[in-house]
Amino acid sequence: MDITVNILLTIATAATPLLIAAIGELVVERSGVLNLGVEGMMIMGAVGGFGAGYLTGSPWIGLLAAIIVGALFSLLFAVMTLSLATNQVATGLSLTLLGLGLSGMIGTSFVGQPGVRLPNLDIPVISSIPVVGRLIFGQDPVFYISIALTAAVMWFLFRTRTGLTLRSIGDSHTSAHALGIKVFRYRYLAVIFGGACAGLAGGHLSLVYTPQWVENMSAGRGWIALALVVFASWRPWRVLAGAYIFGAVWIGQLHAQAFGIPVPSQFLSSLPYLATIVVLVLISRNKRLTMMNTPASLGQPFVPDR
Amino acid sequence: MGGTVSANHDRSNLLEVRGLTKIFGTLTACDHIDLNIAKGEIHALLGENGAGKSTLVKMLFGSLEPNSGEIFWDGKAVKITSPGVAKKLGIGMVFQHFSLFEALTAAENIALSLNDGSPISTIAAKARALSFSYGLPLDPDSLVGDLSVGERQRIEIIRCLLQTPQLIILDEPTSVLTPQEADKLFETLERLRSEGKSILYISHRLEEVKRICDRATVLRHGKVVGHCNPREETAASLARMMVGSEVKAVERAPAEGIETAPALLEIRGLTRKPATPFAIPLKNINLTVRAGEVIGIAGVAGNGQGEFFESVSGEVLQQDAGSVRIRGKDAGALSITGRRLMGAAFVPEERLGHGAAPRMKLSENLLLSRHATDGKSFVGSGGMVKNSAVYSAAQRIITAMDVRKSAPDPEAAALSGGNLQKFIVGRELDRKPSVMIVNQPTWGVDAGAAARIRQALIELARSGSAVLVISQDLDELFELSDAIAVMHNGQLSAPLPIAEATFEKIGLLMGGAEPGHAEHSLEIA
Repeated sequence: MDITVNILLTIATAATPLLIAAIGELVVERSGVLNLGVEGMMIMGAVGGFGAGYLTGSPWIGLLAAIIVGALFSLLFAVMTLSLATNQVATGLSLTLLGLGLSGMIGTSFVGQPGVRLPNLDIPVISSIPVVGRLIFGQDPVFYISIALTAAVMWFLFRTRTGLTLRSIGDSHTSAHALGIKVFRYRYLAVIFGGACAGLAGGHLSLVYTPQWVENMSAGRGWIALALVVFASWRPWRVLAGAYIFGAVWIGQLHAQAFGIPVPSQFLSSLPYLATIVVLVLISRNKRLTMMNTPASLGQPFVPDR
Repeated sequence: MGGTVSANHDRSNLLEVRGLTKIFGTLTACDHIDLNIAKGEIHALLGENGAGKSTLVKMLFGSLEPNSGEIFWDGKAVKITSPGVAKKLGIGMVFQHFSLFEALTAAENIALSLNDGSPISTIAAKARALSFSYGLPLDPDSLVGDLSVGERQRIEIIRCLLQTPQLIILDEPTSVLTPQEADKLFETLERLRSEGKSILYISHRLEEVKRICDRATVLRHGKVVGHCNPREETAASLARMMVGSEVKAVERAPAEGIETAPALLEIRGLTRKPATPFAIPLKNINLTVRAGEVIGIAGVAGNGQGEFFESVSGEVLQQDAGSVRIRGKDAGALSITGRRLMGAAFVPEERLGHGAAPRMKLSENLLLSRHATDGKSFVGSGGMVKNSAVYSAAQRIITAMDVRKSAPDPEAAALSGGNLQKFIVGRELDRKPSVMIVNQPTWGVDAGAAARIRQALIELARSGSAVLVISQDLDELFELSDAIAVMHNGQLSAPLPIAEATFEKIGLLMGGAEPGHAEHSLEIA
């Protein structure tokens, strides 16, 4: 029983950073901006979060720092792609490369230092109820943030007027501009929100998942988050499903490798990617629904004629 | 009359514009425009494409910033810096190229421009009520991507009316409507006028303007060239004001012996599934175009004309090779080049990016489309391009079609729309194709160039080729065609000989009356 609970807990821990980064990117892409710099913003959040936590001794200050660093880093992307109308793909890729390099440089003195870890939730009595207590009331705080964030984004996008406006900009920025909607203001805020989420996801890596600094510790999670958004056809609950399928297969194949199952380890390592893609492709079979949810102006620079 | 403006700000004028100027690079799109719109009038803004009409109204609606000039609203000087400001003043706009969101519902589209916090369901109810009271029925829950162009325009109009504007600007509103839908729109406009609202009506359709407008301001090359009362003018005198010279009428000699002429283009049971959720499926289309005749295909935009052109030109291949036959041979499985080699020529709707590569010279564009069909004359041994031969062929086309340009061999994008269209049509005509298929031959082309293109198409047919013209412009089709078929919702009616065709019959077919039963429905109506 304990083993099952432990496995479920590790799955949640593996899925949380993917979910947060992907939900942030979902909002960005719903506004019509494609930010391929998730990996870079995530690793910057990880190094910033670790550094602030290490220097102050407070994991909470570390987490806050991760969010701020991610948001500031995305602001760079926003200025380039929105105000200067640079190519979003190229700018996003450079943001990732810059983030990976810069974080390595900033983090040289942190390598091998002991970090601080965010404590798990611990409510007396309730958290010690077998199984349910630990699964529902005994996880790390970022787990709860990730679930709340998904629900909040769903509500925002599909239940509020501001969310409708954001989606309309993603559908056609020229139409939105013609109606007098402030396209740039919405997109700036969306990009910064996405950056803050990616930063938070990075903070989870260096303050919860493995509380230490290792160069390149984001290990491609930013890219997975990006892929999740597309395969989930820009729908929050599907992103959640995708993140958890990925997490589950990831943990499962680690255990399988440890048991020494006679299957090449390379194949096992590729399983999470395969499984996630297959499941998400299956649930987005409805082409019409997918088309409706795809932001039609995604990735196109917007230059209003004045 | 004339361009002089009174010094005092007359309060009976809702909007007064003085010396409004907009410069794009070297082009002065609007040059010191003066315009007065009284309360409760329908004011026409007339002019050819490129005369500066759209630029002017975009400045009035705040989506473009004027370089100089003043705007007075109800006697007070105002700066309209954004569409939001325009809406607050009470200016509403129905765009020519709609500003709708395809992936959202009609009600959501309306809600986005209202800026009030009321829930979507309330807005939907209001929109439904208003739309029925004006006789423009609308289902607020339908997805815009699923709607016809006419229905989309209703959303634009209802959206505009819900903002209770004092001035409504309509940019070319009837270009996408059937004649019957247009009648409905005119009723709505007259009702709005009787409610004391002002309307600025932009159009190049003179009959319409004569019918509903109280006053007109005529623009040419960005300048106001006259004011008039359109009811006292004739269509010809208005056209002369717009164009600046007499427009030569197109001549069409009666076609003879068509019934026995060989069928050069045959379409047999052409069917196509929609490629995207919002595309129109083609349903069992049959059509024969014989040597010597021009067949026109009418229809409201978005009823499958684009899909049909793609299938016939070979941009999309057919599974059934026999569904498209050129000069008696199956061509359905051939690519564009394959069909060109059989003697067909195509002019797509979109000039820049589809009909021509914008940043390439005219001679290069000529080579791109004809290197396969004119291989021997344009490409020498070892695949070397004979530049001088291509260049002289380009010059031949330029002379033949009277293409006006600033350099000997300019980039396609440097030409005005009408001149580029003349070149593209001329490029195909120069081959003397036996089958010519043209989609929207004169869309956005000035009257002089349009007449030239139409005359050239008729002459090609009379010299023994089959010509198929797809157009939304009914006047054009009546000028050109020997018979007109109508496309509606992916189906094509039987061609109606021009002697029997009337605007009313074609209009009913465009609106979806049973193909082949036009006369019958007319009797009922």
